[in-house]
Amino acid sequence: MSIAAKANALWAYANPKKFLATTERVLPFFWASAAISLVVGLVWGFFFTPDDYKQGSTVKIIYLHVPAALMAINAWLMMLVTSLVWLVRRHHVSALAARAAAPVGIVMTLIALATGAIWGQPMWGTWWAWDPRLTSFLILFLFYLGYVALWEAIENPDTAADLTSVLCLVGSVFALLSRYAVNFWNQGLHQGASLSLDKEENVADVFFFPLLVCIAGFVLLFIALVFYRTGTEIRARRIKALLARERVGS
Amino acid sequence: MTALLLRDLRLAFRAGGGFGLGLAFFLIVTVLVPFAVGPQSALLSTIAPGVLWLGALLACLLSLDRLLALDWEDGSLDLLATAPLPLESVVTIKALAHWITTGLPLVLAAPFLGVLLNLAPPGFLWLVVSLLVGTPALSVVGTFGAALTVGLKRGGLLLSLLVLPLYVPTLIFGAEVARRGAVGMETATPLLFLGGITAACIALLPFASAAVLRVNLR
Repeated sequence: MSIAAKANALWAYANPKKFLATTERVLPFFWASAAISLVVGLVWGFFFTPDDYKQGSTVKIIYLHVPAALMAINAWLMMLVTSLVWLVRRHHVSALAARAAAPVGIVMTLIALATGAIWGQPMWGTWWAWDPRLTSFLILFLFYLGYVALWEAIENPDTAADLTSVLCLVGSVFALLSRYAVNFWNQGLHQGASLSLDKEENVADVFFFPLLVCIAGFVLLFIALVFYRTGTEIRARRIKALLARERVGS
Repeated sequence: MTALLLRDLRLAFRAGGGFGLGLAFFLIVTVLVPFAVGPQSALLSTIAPGVLWLGALLACLLSLDRLLALDWEDGSLDLLATAPLPLESVVTIKALAHWITTGLPLVLAAPFLGVLLNLAPPGFLWLVVSLLVGTPALSVVGTFGAALTVGLKRGGLLLSLLVLPLYVPTLIFGAEVARRGAVGMETATPLLFLGGITAACIALLPFASAAVLRVNLR
């Protein structure tokens, strides 16, 4: 299949019926594989890896902290892409997917912040420090809150989708700006990235492989949740339309 | 455009309420700070640049929900949208009017409030400079927030939630300029960042504000 044909195949899911049918078929696999990889990754990580020589067993919180932080950012990126798709091509499923992803992103941000605080208390000696990474995550959390609040506040669904999409675009720019502004503002306590593609050495292999499994688990869980919640949003809108039709009919 | 600007300014000065309110709020916040943290002049002198910036930012926020809401209620916003003037210019003028009636008085009042907080002598100049460069961005970003929430009945609280995170970069660099100025460090780097953010906001955000305003007027 050529790239153009593949792209066309993707746009077919803008049809809510097709989207629902397909996601319903693949959702059990996503739930199952998310559950399996999370159980395997966490059990492997918590019970079958050695303690770090400096951090002791607290190092194991990495299996929740890093994947959650990763997904918190990726959820916003996904909302950015789906918002753009909504603004350009006016596919309702896309706007609803953005709406469905936001609360998941909030939870991921909270998990990252909470696990970070729990780890920071014994390691840094403080629950919270105004470190650039921590601060920018808190700011990301505020952006999520504003986004969800705007969705909730507007009654007309199309207006809400338009306004939140623009807010998502503008917010992305400002979130990025804040990320580098806080870098300038305060020196960091947080260690550098544990994972990156261009570094020779990441965390040691014993920690690395279970971490990968956990990340895969979080990605799968996120996809499953977004599919599920988008389906719910589509159905909720259908019910609203049916009720409205009934009122007009009677 | 000039006519619209003059109309907005006249409304702000005459219609009572809007104009002096931000300034009074700024004064009260500054007066309350020593009550909250104690009157030690060394402590006040350290936190003065940040407190003054925060006060200016909150005073700016206070007047935002009136920025477009009044025109929305009496329908003049619909007229402006159908006028030959592009909506982008309208929101820019609105932001400019907001800055003249809110931002500029804050900039002028800040040095006097700085005396109250025992601001270090070299800090006065940099406080005024940083506010002068930074507050236009606050007005433009605020106009975007006001355009987002204009159709809502209780938009005020939501407006703060939406706008305050967008103020973070301006606040960081603005307060940094004022702080560095007060302790006699070089201020060029944060000042350039602040100016860059303001310039980019003025150049780009009116398009976003006009876009969301069109959605709201649909």
